Amino acid sequence: MRTRNWLTPTAVAVAVATTIAGCGSGGSNSGDAVASGTVVLGESQELGEFNPMLGYGQLGVSPIYDGLLIPAGDGDSRVPDFLPALAAEQPQPVGERLWRLPLKSDVTFSDGTTFDSTDVVATYRAVRDPAVASDISTAFAPIVEITADGPTAVTVRMNTDADPSPYLLLGIVPSEKVESAPAADWALNTEPVGTGAYELESLDPDQAVLVARDDYWDAAPQVTRLVYTYVPDDNTRAQRISADEIDGANLPPRLAGSLENRPGVEVVAVKSADWRGVSLPSTNAFTNDVAARRAMNLGIDRDAVVRDVLSGRGEKASTPIATVYGDAYNPDAQFSFDVAQANRILDEAGWRPGPDGVRVRGADRASFGLLYNAEDTLRRDLAVAFATAMQPLGIEVNARGTSWDEIDTRLNSDAVLLGGGSTPYSIDSQVYDTLHTRVPDSSPYSNPGNHTAPGLDALLDEARQSAPGPANDARYRQIQTVYESAPSAVFLAFLHHTYAARSDGWSYDAPILEPHSHGVSWGPWWNMPSWRSDAS
Amino acid sequence: MTLARPTAATDARSIDDGAAVTPRPSARRRRERLRAVGRLLFRRLMVAIPTTILVSIGIFALAAMSPFEPLAAHLGDNYQSATQAQRDAVTEAYNLDQHWFTAWLSWWGHLLTGDLGWSSTRSQPVADVIAERLPFTLGMAAAALAAATVIAVVVGAVIGMRRGGFLDRAVTALAATLVAVPPFVISLLLVSVLAVSLGLFPTSGARRPGDPYTVDGILSHAVLPFIALTLSMIPWLLLTMRAAVVEAVASDAVRAARARGIGGWALLRGHVAPVSVLPTLALLGTRLPELIAGAAIVETVFGWPGLAQSLVDSAVALDFSLLAALAVGSAVLVLLGSALSDAAAVWIDPRVRMTA
Repeated sequence: MRTRNWLTPTAVAVAVATTIAGCGSGGSNSGDAVASGTVVLGESQELGEFNPMLGYGQLGVSPIYDGLLIPAGDGDSRVPDFLPALAAEQPQPVGERLWRLPLKSDVTFSDGTTFDSTDVVATYRAVRDPAVASDISTAFAPIVEITADGPTAVTVRMNTDADPSPYLLLGIVPSEKVESAPAADWALNTEPVGTGAYELESLDPDQAVLVARDDYWDAAPQVTRLVYTYVPDDNTRAQRISADEIDGANLPPRLAGSLENRPGVEVVAVKSADWRGVSLPSTNAFTNDVAARRAMNLGIDRDAVVRDVLSGRGEKASTPIATVYGDAYNPDAQFSFDVAQANRILDEAGWRPGPDGVRVRGADRASFGLLYNAEDTLRRDLAVAFATAMQPLGIEVNARGTSWDEIDTRLNSDAVLLGGGSTPYSIDSQVYDTLHTRVPDSSPYSNPGNHTAPGLDALLDEARQSAPGPANDARYRQIQTVYESAPSAVFLAFLHHTYAARSDGWSYDAPILEPHSHGVSWGPWWNMPSWRSDAS
Repeated sequence: MTLARPTAATDARSIDDGAAVTPRPSARRRRERLRAVGRLLFRRLMVAIPTTILVSIGIFALAAMSPFEPLAAHLGDNYQSATQAQRDAVTEAYNLDQHWFTAWLSWWGHLLTGDLGWSSTRSQPVADVIAERLPFTLGMAAAALAAATVIAVVVGAVIGMRRGGFLDRAVTALAATLVAVPPFVISLLLVSVLAVSLGLFPTSGARRPGDPYTVDGILSHAVLPFIALTLSMIPWLLLTMRAAVVEAVASDAVRAARARGIGGWALLRGHVAPVSVLPTLALLGTRLPELIAGAAIVETVFGWPGLAQSLVDSAVALDFSLLAALAVGSAVLVLLGSALSDAAAVWIDPRVRMTA
């Protein structure tokens, strides 16, 4: 009893103090930020891999590097346009599958050297050099070769009729900084040199400071100092936003939602083409049956998945093609949620409920394992949600978290919770490997079940080889119709990325459609030179 | 590992006893003990060298057997989309399928020429990674350990002397609760109350974002992680100290002292503390691994730029150079810590006879 006597007042005191101080603190930093031109971002990723070969600035979005072209858009509801940055103008066709880009002159790298065509050639050669072992080498597969056409122009040879623009966004590095060594060992990682609006001033384990360059080729940015402070813990990042120590951070949807009503804090959700779905194995009698795959697609309530698992920060997915692809998206080829229809399809295909409630056909049971990478909590939640949704249909899904190297060995026998969408600006990259039957040297995770629908491969090949335009959009709509008749997987949702920003006093370009990404390279900060003070 | 070899010590003393020139007894005893400490440290060193080599072999072998896919760590988000050719290129470029024994041999080869190697997870020479981060980890751990020791010894002595009293019951209950609370919960609680709500301290990092390191900045940012780490170590130290005091109080020597009318502070200082502080301190050396684990959690939550997270990352990505340097370094620290705490015991307490 005595213990309680002294505990209670203490607890009350702490609670009161907390409440009082909670009202008083905050709101001091943002004002300073406009005056000083400094923006401080909490970065969840380790600092110090500022190398396009490691995927930094892969799509031309980086304060340090520019691509030949860079994406630009009026929002995240469509695939962005590609505007000339280091190129002087848009790619001009000069022959069959051959394009020419004149380059800007008078552009200098942050180390003072002049930018010319040798830098472009060296960058694109390095990204595909096996000795460099770049993570993103395959993202440039449609480019056969980039060659110099004098110092102030390059020509790009493609292996399809496609527009080369989505492949010309890679951040350009000085040819002198290219090494014939594994990308992780390059000096450029910690001493980046680019043509962008900012250069690295200092790099420590906990903080990287970028400062605006005086000799930037475009309009000088008003945010003159950009500080990334390394805050790996999600909760800590949220708390630092609350305490007004940082001006922005990426946060998981739930945490971002908890900051929604804080004064001065804006919660931003940005669309991405980052999808999650379930691949279905070929050696399982049930998943190998196309009727079963259709039934599973109809039996999952994707709205509920988005609402409950993603806290509403997402969009349902029936195929890898999202609404942002505009005319290429087929609204009539989306799966609706129809349990009765799903049950009917299973009954008609001969999958009848067995004694334990799980459907059987002859000696085969409607049962399979679903693996996910155990470190990824979102994939875990989605896997569990999928397994739960399949149970009422009489389908037994055993979800289990494990490591990638076990998943590697079980791709034929188990379903896997997959994700994709790291290069969304080319619709071909977004769909081809995922929907096509297995092609030599594709990733083992591309359509691991090797399922297809009649005519799907031919349509995908045709679309890949063709120039963009209404005819190709029609092909992609057709692809979705064909896929819907005989799906190879169960796509669940596209994620929205969530950020919290303290940006009072600034206006800036709206966020654009994002690839699969982490950290604060995207979101409201994707185009730092666009940040303008409201006071000026 | 603690082999009691009383014969050697006894022999040494008997030689001293027979020496022609007999120094003053206290000086002689001190020199004798100093010699015992020297012998102990020398033997520990002899044991430490093969131990370190074995530990390093163990680390390489275990890392190679670990379920983590180093290729997944290297490819990161691109793991799933990487083609077979890409996987092969990365494996080849970073030598990921190198046999662990070959990696071990070459690590020692480079180490003996003074080269710690290149860390592929940090894109830096290993020596730089350690030089940049070690001071933060070492400073934080040392300060927290020292503070926890002082608090635990003092409070443990006081409550041990008054076993069963209100203070004893309250503190013991609190310590038992703290043991059960994971360090990250304490850390987050501290942040939300002291930093976010009260605004007394910065939430994380080691300086105001954008500033250079300053003494002020480091000290003010260190307060919360320091409290969290100290709190995580106090309970077991405190309970150990309390148990030792309780045992000492029940001993014949203390009862005899009490019978002679000695009590209170004099009893604690003269009779209880000497026999209870030592076992507590001796524990410190052996609990170093827990200190490292606690520091890892605290560093992550508070964004303290120390080594702990690097250790975890290097293990996941099979970054052998960094992993081995950090893990072998920690092993050497533990060996050193336990040798020093035993040496201190031999030096302080004449009843302790350890030679190895």
